[in-house]
Amino acid sequence: MVETDHIWIARDYSKCSGCRRCEIVCSLSHEGKIWPEASRVRVFMLVPGIEIPHLCVQCSDYPCVDACPADALSIDRQTEAVIVDKEKCTACGRCVEACPGKIPYIHPAENYAVICDLCGGKPKCVEACAEGGWYALEIIKKEDTPTFELYAKPPEEITRNVIRKLYGEEWVEVV
Amino acid sequence: MRGYAGKFLEVDLSTGNIKELKFNDEILRQYIGGRGLAVKVLWDRLGKKWETIDPLGPENILLMLTGPLTGFAPGARLCVSGKSPQSNGVVGSTLGTELAIDLKCAGYDGIIFTGEAEKPVYLFIKDSDVEIKDASHIWGKDGKETLKTLVKEGREELRSRYNRPGLWKDPSIVYIGPAGENKSRLAVVAAKWVHAAGYGGYGAVMGSKKLKAVVAKGTGPLPEVDDMERAMKVNDEILKVNFRRTVFRRWGTGYAGYDVGAKLSSEPVLNWQEEWHNEKSFGVDQFERVWVKPYWGDFGCPKTCLKIAALKSGPFKGVITDNPDYENQAYLGTNLGIFTPEGNVYMTALIDDLGLCGIQTGNVLGFAGELYQRGILTKDDLEGLELKWGNVEAFASLARMIAERRGIGDILAEGTYRAALKISEIKGVDVLRYAVTAKGIGIGAHGIRSGEDYPGYESYSCSVQGGDHTSIAKLPINHENSELRIILYDSGVFCWFNFFDIESQDLIWELLKAVTGWNITPEDWFETTARRIIHIQRTLLLLGGPDVRWTPKSDDDVPSRWYEPLGKGPYKGKAVNPEKIKEARREYYEAIGWDENGIPKSEELKRLGLEDVDKRLESLRRST
Repeated sequence: MVETDHIWIARDYSKCSGCRRCEIVCSLSHEGKIWPEASRVRVFMLVPGIEIPHLCVQCSDYPCVDACPADALSIDRQTEAVIVDKEKCTACGRCVEACPGKIPYIHPAENYAVICDLCGGKPKCVEACAEGGWYALEIIKKEDTPTFELYAKPPEEITRNVIRKLYGEEWVEVV
Repeated sequence: MRGYAGKFLEVDLSTGNIKELKFNDEILRQYIGGRGLAVKVLWDRLGKKWETIDPLGPENILLMLTGPLTGFAPGARLCVSGKSPQSNGVVGSTLGTELAIDLKCAGYDGIIFTGEAEKPVYLFIKDSDVEIKDASHIWGKDGKETLKTLVKEGREELRSRYNRPGLWKDPSIVYIGPAGENKSRLAVVAAKWVHAAGYGGYGAVMGSKKLKAVVAKGTGPLPEVDDMERAMKVNDEILKVNFRRTVFRRWGTGYAGYDVGAKLSSEPVLNWQEEWHNEKSFGVDQFERVWVKPYWGDFGCPKTCLKIAALKSGPFKGVITDNPDYENQAYLGTNLGIFTPEGNVYMTALIDDLGLCGIQTGNVLGFAGELYQRGILTKDDLEGLELKWGNVEAFASLARMIAERRGIGDILAEGTYRAALKISEIKGVDVLRYAVTAKGIGIGAHGIRSGEDYPGYESYSCSVQGGDHTSIAKLPINHENSELRIILYDSGVFCWFNFFDIESQDLIWELLKAVTGWNITPEDWFETTARRIIHIQRTLLLLGGPDVRWTPKSDDDVPSRWYEPLGKGPYKGKAVNPEKIKEARREYYEAIGWDENGIPKSEELKRLGLEDVDKRLESLRRST
């Protein structure tokens, strides 16, 4: 494995406090408002206590970029984040279908897909999480391994995994 | 109107009519939101016939309100209110729930429910689409089952109705359990399994209206504020102060289950027969063995003082709840003679699932426990239960009977005060002396006999929310824990705990200004705004209801139990001196603008433009 200069947002769901500070700082930074439904990181809580911050993992093969029929998605060369061209995006949803984690979604007020852009390399969500000492989101250096993209999973599946860990097998059926 | 979504929903459950409602700038500036605005709405709509209104009848109004600071101050909460089935006054009862955020993001500052539905319903909100839906399939279900069904159903509804690529997050939900459905006066409005608006008994009001839940998803941003940059800067300062409150962060209030008993000697033990214990088995270090998540909180909270407990072995295996906070440790632990984390966690999870209030239920269970100890209640009265102190299963069974209103549970479901009246009548013995309540509300788990805890003589006796430990009367009236200040938090609406015991209390005025643009100074607040709210609340409390009315002054007292000396511990022998209560009461009345009987003074009300309130009090003044 070769270490690169690129960052990746590691997630430890069992540490997520559910405070949603990540949604607050993300939407403030991208929208100038507190707007949870327009945040690039969205905290799902399908079961209380099992909070799942859901955000792009930057797959090495970028299926979302490939699937875009409008040429609206590109890869930022510096950060390797997926960049959405609002003008070109038609909100068709192909990127969502292509994403193994069903992570992108359509902006609630405008017609384009919303995907984490890593804040240009200094993600605000990670800062907020560290400031509070929760460390559910942490930056690690990206290496040349497919491990990172394994984290692109739908929130239901992640929830079931975290429930097994925190509550025990018998609670899985709650999801 | 900065900080507000600008409109409210009014839902008539009798007719199914749903409309939008606005309050003008003047009203909002005077009553803010949450508790303050609830008091105003209740006064305007029900004030004239308050005494005749049954809190559990169709005439009562149920309010679920946010405030301008909800979402902008750390720790969002929702304020639930109405005529209280516990006090017959008004309680501003708040709970942590993202419903407060989803409502504002849907464009609503709150919901006002009137009437009562014919069959069980829940309210579904997606932005401006608001619909009353059938809830027959979840009626009778406990908290966890209810939430499980509604999360699935809510997401499916969003997915199928709104053709938007991408996954829908879970909608936010508040609900009642079986206790609310059965109109137990101890019932809560609940969220997220373990969060509850407990004081006031508004779960019973929801139940009486056959309203099982409110489910909402708002997709807009939080409202515009006057100065976002400034607001976020102040918010950051508040966050930083709270990050430094490491003890509360590390243990939540759960460190107090041992501490308050052992050190302050103000924790209810065996129905307040004692307030001291030194049971190290009840230390937070012992509780930690069942924690599975060390920090848990609600929208925007820096403190995340909740911890999640899950029992993975032993007789209560499979039980999950938040690690009992201090109140639940005390009331569902020490007050019942239960001194093991597992027993306490089990009781707490059960009370949550049933939709009961941990404080109120622990209060009435302790009361029943003492009656059993004294032989006033026997096994025959309790369907064979041996209600010995520390008998977890027996207390759990009695809690189920309360939620179902089965057997003696039907009497106890009325709450400690009303149950005491009834049992005195049935048994021909005065048992009111064992009821530890104020204005029909079981007192929070902070006693005053040792003199070491934060509430003083005026605390519960003069509060307009009775036994509510989160809204105590306190002198001076601008004290950081005073009821007038709490009114700001409950009207704001956000978590008091992010302001409790921190330096820089004044940050709140700066935040209020940055969000609303209103320059409300502390002087304005303590002399004018909060006074209006507390005087109306006091008036409605004194007007009372069809079953119970409070006598001015003489009912501004602490429970008789607290006049008995403490029997154990470092403060052994200490009791409340009746003269001190009288003195504190007099001083408090004077400071806040009430006459010698505790009735708001005429000139004070006129000064505040509350002539109608003044007029309403004339007959009460004459008869006192």
